[in-house]
Amino acid sequence: MQLNLKKNKASKQLLWIGIVSIVMFFGGLTSAYIVRKAEGGWLEFEMPVWFTISTVAIVVSSALLLFAAQNVKAGKSGTSLLLGTLLLGILFSFSQIQGWGDLVAQGVYLTGEGSNASGSFIYAITLMHLLHLIGGLIALTITTIKSKIGKYTKDNYLGIHLVSIYWHFLGLLWLYLFLFFTYS
Amino acid sequence: MSEHHKETFLTKYVFSLDHKMIAKQFLITGMFMGVIGMLMSILFRLQLSNPGESFAVLEFFLGEKWAPGGVLDPNIYLALVTMHGTILIFWVLTAGLTGTFANFLIPLQIGARDMASGFMNMLSYWFFFAATIVLLYSLFVESGPAAAGWTIYPPLSALPQAIPGSGLGQDLWLIAITLFVVSSLLGGLNYIVTILNMRTKGMTMSRLPLTIWALLIVAILGVLSFPVLLSCALLLIFDRSFGTSFYLSDIIINGEALHNTGGSPILFEHLFWFLGHPEVYIILLPALGIVSEVISVNSRKPIFGYKAMVGALILIAFLSFVVWGHHMFITGMDPFLGSVFTFTTLLIAIPSAVKVFNYLATLWRANIRFTPAMLFAIGFVSTFITGGLTGIILGDSALDINVHDTYFVVGHFHIVMGLSAIYGMLAGVYHWFPKMYGRMMNKKLGYFHFWVTFISAYGVFFPMHFLGLAGLPRRYYTNSAFPMFDGLSDINEVITFFAIIGGLVQLLFIFNFFYSIFKGTKATENPWGSNTLEWTTPVERIHGNWPGEIPTVERWAYDYSKPGADQDFVPQNVPLKEGETEH
Repeated sequence: MQLNLKKNKASKQLLWIGIVSIVMFFGGLTSAYIVRKAEGGWLEFEMPVWFTISTVAIVVSSALLLFAAQNVKAGKSGTSLLLGTLLLGILFSFSQIQGWGDLVAQGVYLTGEGSNASGSFIYAITLMHLLHLIGGLIALTITTIKSKIGKYTKDNYLGIHLVSIYWHFLGLLWLYLFLFFTYS
Repeated sequence: MSEHHKETFLTKYVFSLDHKMIAKQFLITGMFMGVIGMLMSILFRLQLSNPGESFAVLEFFLGEKWAPGGVLDPNIYLALVTMHGTILIFWVLTAGLTGTFANFLIPLQIGARDMASGFMNMLSYWFFFAATIVLLYSLFVESGPAAAGWTIYPPLSALPQAIPGSGLGQDLWLIAITLFVVSSLLGGLNYIVTILNMRTKGMTMSRLPLTIWALLIVAILGVLSFPVLLSCALLLIFDRSFGTSFYLSDIIINGEALHNTGGSPILFEHLFWFLGHPEVYIILLPALGIVSEVISVNSRKPIFGYKAMVGALILIAFLSFVVWGHHMFITGMDPFLGSVFTFTTLLIAIPSAVKVFNYLATLWRANIRFTPAMLFAIGFVSTFITGGLTGIILGDSALDINVHDTYFVVGHFHIVMGLSAIYGMLAGVYHWFPKMYGRMMNKKLGYFHFWVTFISAYGVFFPMHFLGLAGLPRRYYTNSAFPMFDGLSDINEVITFFAIIGGLVQLLFIFNFFYSIFKGTKATENPWGSNTLEWTTPVERIHGNWPGEIPTVERWAYDYSKPGADQDFVPQNVPLKEGETEH
């Protein structure tokens, strides 16, 4: 039991330190954005509506995951709520791709003639966030399956706890990026 | 209770989860890469001392294509310089040094059976191995390896058509470094979590050996700075492969204007050096930790100012994040901003001086045992001072502008970072070899190795300061194109002479290393009379480190020559005697 607690604590720390390094990664990208923007020659454009839908999807998914974790802690099943989170995560990914389509329709390109660093940054940064989120989707899928086959109990829900920390972090990261792109 | 279990050849030597075996994998891969990196430097030194002359050795290693008639081709010259820097900085002094000693020492010195995650640890090595294969492969591609310098400044690195090395070689370089960063992050996460969670009973943070403090801080630096390198490389990959304009602007190649507008190579430098400077300390801090331990053990004295040593490590690490601009004084930086970076840079002199003072105070009136490890540790103190002093000149923007991108800089960083870290690494290898392999390295060969290395290394890098003051630029293929540098050719010959001697003597070390693994005299459990926990483990390697219970820690690691003690060292697991106070 003692060893288990130690291991749980270590796994959580591993995840948190991993999150710190992801923060540094996006910190690097967004500060590059600020420095580049300050140099001028910056194309201004509207954020696609699909990105707002992304924001709603990920916030609601986080809420569902919160309830799922609470259910499991209370000894109830969290499977359906986990499944809901997963589906909203997929919706998020879909809306990101739609958002890129909207940007292209507006004439904002990643590359080539007529492209501008402002657009390239949006594509590069949102793509990187999406790649991290796909990692989260894989983790969520595994957690949902494990929940379905009854692997989690009210004394043993480390998997859900870890996936929650990561997923909420991805949500916050998206909120930061969304507000950053909209208001910076 | 023993944690040891049956192992097959594959699980023991190849896909090992044992931190000690993984440490050896890092060490031997690092040494292998070290030989290649060193050989490259000797090849391009031949060109620098004897420009345009034919050498059979060049043709032997580089072939007819890159050394036609035995004369070094300019493109491969740049590639060799780039790969030498990349290999030494990342492969030898980051992975070879930290990978070896963090893996080996962390569980042993904190009293843990293994790392928090043995699997992640194994993965860390295999990512490193994959990175090594990709990097080595790039040496053999048609257009040659990357040639934009280890700092891969755009546009040279961003335009595949710029020079031969900007093509496939640069792509492979970027892939290799990405794999390398993943390896470093996996390792670093593991080191931090292991140190924070897996310490044995009694091993409080204030009783941690300084090696562990240094490795902890290095891991934190890595986790914070390597992701920024990745973000920097990511944008570069976009520019190279997808045609974006993050770093590129208004470029004309062969009369044809590229579409890129608005990009800024200075942006790259900011991102790059935000990693690049902490990287210097990622290289240096493990050496500082190792040297603290080796000096204390072989002085038979407690390390002077333990808390100040820890404080200095933390301060150096913190400052390393706010000094990156000193690499960019000549980029047209606002002079006021330059003065801010000058100020933060010069602040680093304070914790560095604290460390040097404490090393000297530990050595002062000590009962010194001049083992090869101790000689290299003292050698470290020497290079840390001589290299550090020129750092004060380069950290000052007004002075730096005069010698920027000259051999003065090459001399400075090779002494303060290259030599110091290598000496720390060699001190560590000589010191912990008995624990790694259960045998002793040959002492006489060790002495010979030290003195020849020490003299030839200064012979190489000390004269470079004069070349730099005379204005000789670094990275140039030839020194003979400008008559004003003709008078410097003798100095270049001296440098190459010492480089060859210094290189050859490393082969002697490698011979000593491998010979001693099989034929060295058998080591005892604690040959140096050392206090730290690793010396309480049996000579025979077992997975799990201690055959019985893990020892508990009763005191700090530096009770050497303690008044009232029976012998001149008291291991950390020996309880305090009645009436004995902690240090």
